[in-house]
Parts: sequence; C-alpha cells; structure tokens
Amino acid sequence: MNHEARAPQGALEIRKQLIESSLQGRHRAERVFRAIGLAAVIMGLGFVALLFTTILSKGLPAFWQATLTTEVYFDPAVIKVDARPTPSVGESPQQFRDRDVVWLNRLGMVNWNRIVEDTLIAHLPEAAEKRPLVRTLLTSGERFKLRDMVAADPGLIGQRVQVALLADANVDVWLKGNIDRSLADSQQQLKPEVRAWADELKARGVIRNSFSTSFFVNPDSRSSLASAGLGGAFIGTLYMMGIVIFLSVPIGVMSALYLEEFAPRNRFTDLIEVNINNLAAVPSIIFGLLGAAVFINWLHMPLSAPLVGGLVLSLMTLPTVIIATRSALQAIPASIRQAALGIGASKMQTIFHHVLPLAMPGILTGAIIGVAQAIGETAPLLLIGMSAFVATLPGTPLDQSAALPVQIYLWQGNELRNFFEARTSAAIIVLLALMLSLNACAIWLRKKFEKRW
Amino acid sequence: MSNTVLIAGLLILTALAYQFGLTRSRAMANGPVRMHSRPGYYGLLVALWCGLPALAVWLAWFVFEAPIVEYLVLGQIQAETAGLNSQQTMVLLRRITSIAAGIGVSDTPAAYELAAAETMARLWATSRMAQIGLMAALAMGGLMWALRRLSPSLRARNHVEKVLSAMFVVCSTIAILTTVGIVFSMFGEAMKFFSFVHPVDFFFGLNWNPRFSTVGTGAQGDFGLIPLLWGTLMISGIALLVAVPLGLMSAIFMAEYAPGWFRATAKPVLEVLAGIPTIVYGFFALVTVGPFFHEVGQVLGMEIRATSALTAGVVMGIMIVPFMSSLSDDIITQVPRMMRDGSLALGATKSETIRKVVLPAALPGIVGAFLLAASRAIGETMIVVLAAGNSPVLHANPFEAVSTVTVTIVNQLTGDTDFASPQSLVAFALGLTLFVITLGLNVFALYIVRKYREQYD
Repeated sequence: MNHEARAPQGALEIRKQLIESSLQGRHRAERVFRAIGLAAVIMGLGFVALLFTTILSKGLPAFWQATLTTEVYFDPAVIKVDARPTPSVGESPQQFRDRDVVWLNRLGMVNWNRIVEDTLIAHLPEAAEKRPLVRTLLTSGERFKLRDMVAADPGLIGQRVQVALLADANVDVWLKGNIDRSLADSQQQLKPEVRAWADELKARGVIRNSFSTSFFVNPDSRSSLASAGLGGAFIGTLYMMGIVIFLSVPIGVMSALYLEEFAPRNRFTDLIEVNINNLAAVPSIIFGLLGAAVFINWLHMPLSAPLVGGLVLSLMTLPTVIIATRSALQAIPASIRQAALGIGASKMQTIFHHVLPLAMPGILTGAIIGVAQAIGETAPLLLIGMSAFVATLPGTPLDQSAALPVQIYLWQGNELRNFFEARTSAAIIVLLALMLSLNACAIWLRKKFEKRW
Repeated sequence: MSNTVLIAGLLILTALAYQFGLTRSRAMANGPVRMHSRPGYYGLLVALWCGLPALAVWLAWFVFEAPIVEYLVLGQIQAETAGLNSQQTMVLLRRITSIAAGIGVSDTPAAYELAAAETMARLWATSRMAQIGLMAALAMGGLMWALRRLSPSLRARNHVEKVLSAMFVVCSTIAILTTVGIVFSMFGEAMKFFSFVHPVDFFFGLNWNPRFSTVGTGAQGDFGLIPLLWGTLMISGIALLVAVPLGLMSAIFMAEYAPGWFRATAKPVLEVLAGIPTIVYGFFALVTVGPFFHEVGQVLGMEIRATSALTAGVVMGIMIVPFMSSLSDDIITQVPRMMRDGSLALGATKSETIRKVVLPAALPGIVGAFLLAASRAIGETMIVVLAAGNSPVLHANPFEAVSTVTVTIVNQLTGDTDFASPQSLVAFALGLTLFVITLGLNVFALYIVRKYREQYD
C-alpha cells in the first residue's frame, strides 16, 4: 500500500519537474516574444528619428546662404538714364504708363554687370583684368535686384549704398565645404581664381553666411540658382489649401449629414457608402488621371493652375471629410436629438442648432487632417501639369504655379546636386512644418473641445 | 465683365434679397396675423429665389458656352477644316481664339481665319450679353416674385428646409459622380488607346518600349504591361515583407504589453510616419537609404544599385508600418476579453494566448488590413518615381532597377507628348488596370473587415 501510495507521489514529482523545465522554456519564449514586439516599436520610432535627423541636418544649413554685404556705387557713368517720368498735365494715364515703360526698358538696358563687376573689383583689385570671371562670384539674378532698387528709387544713382547680394550657388557650395576641396581643377565647378577670391572675401568677412529671406519669398529660378526660392510654390499651396477647405469641407459635411441623419437605408445609400469607403482607398494618382482627363482635356482648364490642383485635391479629400464627419455625428448621443425634437424643433433645426455645433470639434479635426494630407500630395499634381517650371509668383488661382511638394520633386532632380540636396531638404522642412502645425491645430482642437458623453 | 465680378455681383444681390425678405417679414410680424416661420427663414427664402436660378444659368454657361461657340465657329469654316485631325483642329481653334482676343498670332493669318475670329468675337460678345441679361432678369424676377409672395401663411421654413435637403442629396452624389467620372474618363481614354494597340498586346506583352513617335508615323513601339506589373508586385512584395511583421508586432506590443504611458506617447509618434508626404519618403530613399544599401552591397561584395526595387520597397514598407499597425491594433483590441481570460485561466502564458487565441480570432481582420496595405503599396507613386530607378525590364533581381505602373503613368503624362498619341493614352489604360486591381483589393478587404466586425459585435 505504502509502495502504491508513493508511486503517484513520484510521478507527481516527475510531472512537476517536467512542467518546471518546460515553464522555463515557455517563459523564455514569452520574453523573446515581448522583446520582438518592443524591438518592432523601437524600430518604428527609430525610423521617425532617423528621417527627421536626416532631413533637419541636411536642410537647416540651407536656410543660411553665402551673402556678400558690400557697398555698391550706382555709377552715373554707367547708369545713363534720364529722370523717371512724372505724370504731366493733360496726359492720359495710359500715355504716362507708356512713357514709364519706355523708361523702365532703358533702365533694363543698362550694363548692370559692369556695376556688379566694379563692386567686386573694389574688394579685389587684382581681379580688374578678369571682369567676366569675377562676376561669377555673385548669382546672376542679383543684377536685377540692383536694377529694381534704382527703379524703386531713381535717387540712388550716383550714391553709395550698402547692399546684401547672394553669392553664386557654386560659391556657396565651395564655402560650405559641400564639395571635396582636394578635387582636381577639371572636376571643380569653379575656376581656381574664383575659388581663391571666394576664400579671401570669406576670410575678410565680406562674404558671410547669413539667413536667407529670399529662400522664402523668391519664385523658382533656373538661370540664377542661388536665388531660387519657395515663394511661388508656397503661394500655390496656400491657394490649393484654400480651395480644398472651401470645397471639400462644406460638401463633405453636407453629404455626411445626409447619410447619417436623413438617408433611408436602401440600395442607393448603401451604394454611396461603399463608394465613399472605396474612394478613400483609391490611389491618389488615379485622381490625377481624372483631373487630366476631365478638367484639362475635356473642360480645357489651364495647365499648372492651383485651381485645377485644388479641385483634384478636393475630390481626394472629400471621402476623408465625410468619414470623419460621420463618426463625429455618430458620437453625439441620441438624447440631444430627442430633446430638441421633443420641444418642437424641426429636423433641420435640431441638426443645425444642436447636433452640428456639438460635432464641430470632431468635424474640424477630421477636416484639418484631410487638408494636411492633401497639401502633401504630389502625384496627382504632376499629372495636371504642375511639374512645369514657373518663374513668377502666381497672382490668382488661375495663374501658372508650383506647389510645395512639386517644388521638392523639381529640386531633387536638379543637376547641381550638392547645392540642391540641401535646398530640397529645406523645402521639405517648410512643408513638414506647415503640415505638422496643421496637425497640431487639429490635436489642440480635439483636446480643447472633446466631450465624453 | 469677368466671371468673378459676375458671381460677386450675384452674391451681393442675394445678400440684399435676404435683407429685403428679413425687413419685410419683420414688418409683417407686427401685424395682426401670426407668422408661420421666424423672419430669418423668409429672408433666406427670398435670397434663394434670387440667387439659385441665376446661379444655374451661370453654371450652364460655364459648361456649355465654349463648346457651343467652338462648334459654331468650326461650322463656318467647314471647308477649310475638312482634312484636319482633332489635334490640328485644336491648334487652329487656339489660333482663332488668340486672333479673336486681340492677341494676334506670330504669322499672317489666312482670310478664313480672320473671318472665323470675327465670328468668334461676335459670338462671345453676344453670349456674354445674353448671359448677363438672363442672369439679371432671373435674379430680379425671382426677388420680386418671392417678395410679392411673402405672407404670414407662407411656410417659409419648410420651403427652405426642402431646398437644404435637396442640397444634401446633391452633395452626397458627388462622391458617386467622382467614381463614375474616374471609370468613364479612364475607360474612354483607354478605349482610344486600344484602337492603336491591341488589348492582348497590352495585357500580355513582355516588352515595354513606347517610342516617342508622333501620330501616324506607324512605328508605335511596344506597350507590354507585364514588366511594369512585375515591378509593381516586386516592390509591393518587399514593402509588405517589411511592413507586415513590423506593423503586426508593434500592434501586438502596443495592444497587449505596453503600459499606458508608453502607448500614449509612442502611438502618436508612430502615426507621424503616416502623415509624412510620400515625396519626403522618396527623397529620403534617394539620398539616405539607397546609398546606404549600395555601400552595404559593396562591403558584402554584391552589386546593389542605389535606386533599386529593394530601396523603394523598404522605404515604402516603412511608410506602411503605421497604417498596418493602427489597423491591426484596432482589430486586436476588438477580440473579446473573455477569450483571453479563458486562455490565461488554463495556464497559457501571455504570448501563447496571443499566438494561439487572439491572433487566430483576429486573423480575418488582419488579412483585411494586409489587403488594404497591399492596395496602398500598389498605388504608391512618388517613392517609386524617385527610388526605383525606372527600368521597365523583366528580371527577378531586387537589387536592380525596376519600373512600376504608377511611375509609367507619371512618365507618360508629364512629357511633351501629344495628348491623343498612344504614348499618352497608355497612361489611362495603365490607370484603369491600377484602379481595377486596387478596387478589387479594397472591396474584398472592406468586406472581410466588416464581416469580422459583425462577428464580435
């Protein structure tokens, strides 16, 4: 008996040992599984960190550009123009404008290069023999800056003025060390003299690395790379943002109201629902094809116009707004509606006086996130011709224009890689800053007005 | 008078109409009879009567004016345009339009062009006058009529609400119209393409080499879809290989293990990845990830191109991670508590519970998430444009450059090609293919996810 009683005892012991030894393995598996999960999250976070550090470290230096601060002598011997015309008595505005245009044309004919050269030679007397070469220190667009200064104030002729002029893109690259200084002359973009001059002016403090406002206000440029800016693209994006807000928010809210509050449950509304869910997942490039076929080819709307871009992006954002609005409406408790209906409000009054105001924070959050997504979209804009090079600031939504993401696309393809890589990153920083501030806005709205029912 | 001025004028008139209606009904409210609605509704009703019909006229003109004028002008010069194809006719019309607008053309216009331009200018002027006249008459007429009808017994609120609900219906059909527009435009242009290239040559062709020839020179080049589709699948496959394990594991960690504070900070940071524009990922792939892979390849003694299927796929995978993880997170948290408790009570460890109970229960939803992620990867454009190297050749080496359907759409439509040539039209055939594939994936995925939700609701 004793013996029999002990046997299960021994089996129990063995089983316990078995379980304990397997438990170790199982707990190890548990720890490994957990570690894999943590590693996945950390990898994700690491990518975010890597992406942002890469972009910031590449882009931030581009906000500062090599700039030559110098005294410019507006030599009357070179700028040989009469006084700017003033309106005379008995002259129609048109006649005056014509005379003014003639004067401006004459001003444009002035040898501005000579002014630029003289300015530089004042610092570098040894360069007097090599006038065409010394000119290349500055980016070619800067002579128009001098012209515009005189056009704005003809009194400058004959005076000496302190002006900040942008150095050439290659000079900027050279001074920032973005090119290998030990490369042979044949592989350098700049002539040896120009490199020496640039170093000398930098050492003397004439060329300094200063914050470039022209980056934010200038339009794109191909002839004067250092003065290419984001201004045009930024305005284009703002126009499109305005159009998207103006179109997709009201239309989206109204269709969500219909689907959520009025629509009977039938085939038609089911179709609309399936449709909206699908549209939200259709690739953005398909919307670009739609825009190219309908707006450009069929309706003959202008190419590259923010209006068309805005329309395409609105169609794209619409499903996002509708889905967000619907979930905001669903979150409003039925008791609110019943109370309003109970004291005699019509259905419309219930919605406009009670439901919609309460759902507003949720709707706005969804709409802002949708708009932020839309302004970062590139592919559909390329298909409606916005990849065109536009060297002017758009005045109206119908003018040719670029957009921030398209500008990024265009700049990353520029041949002058070591200048434009930084500039592209800087443009990305601007775009991300715009998007993140929109998102922050949305989060703030949600935090401030969020109600738990 | 430009359209902006016209619309602004109409808006001002509508605002005035609202004021008239408001004042009139307020005056009436002082009378003996009780009003049916509040004064604002009477104002709105008058404004609607004033604004809507005129707006409809403006819209009709906006859509139909140009085609009708062009049709009439072309009708006049039928003899001269008999031999022209659609492209040449467009050029001619543009010339005539610039003559009519007083801009002129670089060479001396022919007599018939001048005559046509004159007709066009006359037609434009007439149509403008007619439009303004009609709009003014309708706006004023509507305003007067509505003001005269104002009476305490007029059920203004009901009328206004009816108009509003009609507007709601119109707005919600815009979503349908978009889909219809996509399908029709894509289908129409694709059909034009198939009149140049046989569908079999397109869908089963193994070569992609669209020579940029002008229309009618005969040599069309090869338009085989297979290399592009293969590139798309290869990149999407790599992307999913990266995104699915990463996304799923981080979703499991977030949903089952992470303490509240960690979840609250890590989740929004991960979701930042979802909000970053794809062009930024493309640039990142081009300047950082691509060169990195190239160097790794050199260390390992392999030939890895900087712009390759691998680069594009990996970066695209990173892009999809938050999408995959937030979808799976939702699905995992939807698995009922009871199932977990049952498993834990039987002595299973947490990871065993997750692997043997939670994941199988969540499987349909996760498959749905996977399909949605796949549809995203297939339709992704900018990363691939920048980082895949654009070489439409059929090969199975992920370290080599490939091309995809989306890249080709961009390339074919952003060049200086004529819109009616097969080289441009092929973009729509490719778009149609892409649309059908992603639509199929989406519908199937949404169906699965919906079914799954019902299972535990």
